[in-house]
Amino acid sequence: MTVRVSPAPFDPGAETNAFLKAGNGAGAAVTFTGVVRSKSDDPITALTLECYPELAINQLNDIVARATTRFDLLAATIIHRYGTLGPGEPIVQVMTLSPHRDPAFKAAEFLMDYLKTDAPFWKQETGPRGTHWVEAKAEDDAAKARWE
Amino acid sequence: MKILYFAWLRERLNRGEEEVSPPATVATIADLIDWLAARDEAFALAVEKRALIKAAVDAKLVPHTASITGAKVVALFPPMTGG
Repeated sequence: MTVRVSPAPFDPGAETNAFLKAGNGAGAAVTFTGVVRSKSDDPITALTLECYPELAINQLNDIVARATTRFDLLAATIIHRYGTLGPGEPIVQVMTLSPHRDPAFKAAEFLMDYLKTDAPFWKQETGPRGTHWVEAKAEDDAAKARWE
Repeated sequence: MKILYFAWLRERLNRGEEEVSPPATVATIADLIDWLAARDEAFALAVEKRALIKAAVDAKLVPHTASITGAKVVALFPPMTGG
């Protein structure tokens, strides 16, 4: 089980390949990559993620431990960037490895739902209208609540 | 004790951290927020919606009822928006 929090860019393909190599006996791998979104009707030029790294590592390790207890997982990895990113750049990657697809999919969703509300990252968008902090969304709380 | 501030709370206070020495009567996160608000009008305005403010003691997420006794680093911040 691996957790990494860093300002360094990462390559989702290389991370996926390295993760799959660890999969002795696995029948299913799920990988999810969150990227910086910029829509034509709501463009952004940059996304800055602020982070409290010590708390982020503690929280992400706790989330992975809970997923491991709850689902039949052989491995799980969370990679999360911080700093200033451009449109299309990967922000987060969640990967799960399991004997079967159902726990692999469910655990990946569980990890994402928890990290969105419980890991100390804050997004600030910069675009034509200036810079603003992204507000927390009630639907993210609701997505986490369905696992409780 | 050191206090860390993040995101819009850091911007509104115009500082990312500060050293404070609250009296022994300040026992919990809620007490600490009250104490900081009483000595600083900008802080009082920034934390007007108390329920929005989240807290960590020595890099562990805690509720407002948590003790700060013996804490080295307390962090105060808005709801998280990662992922």
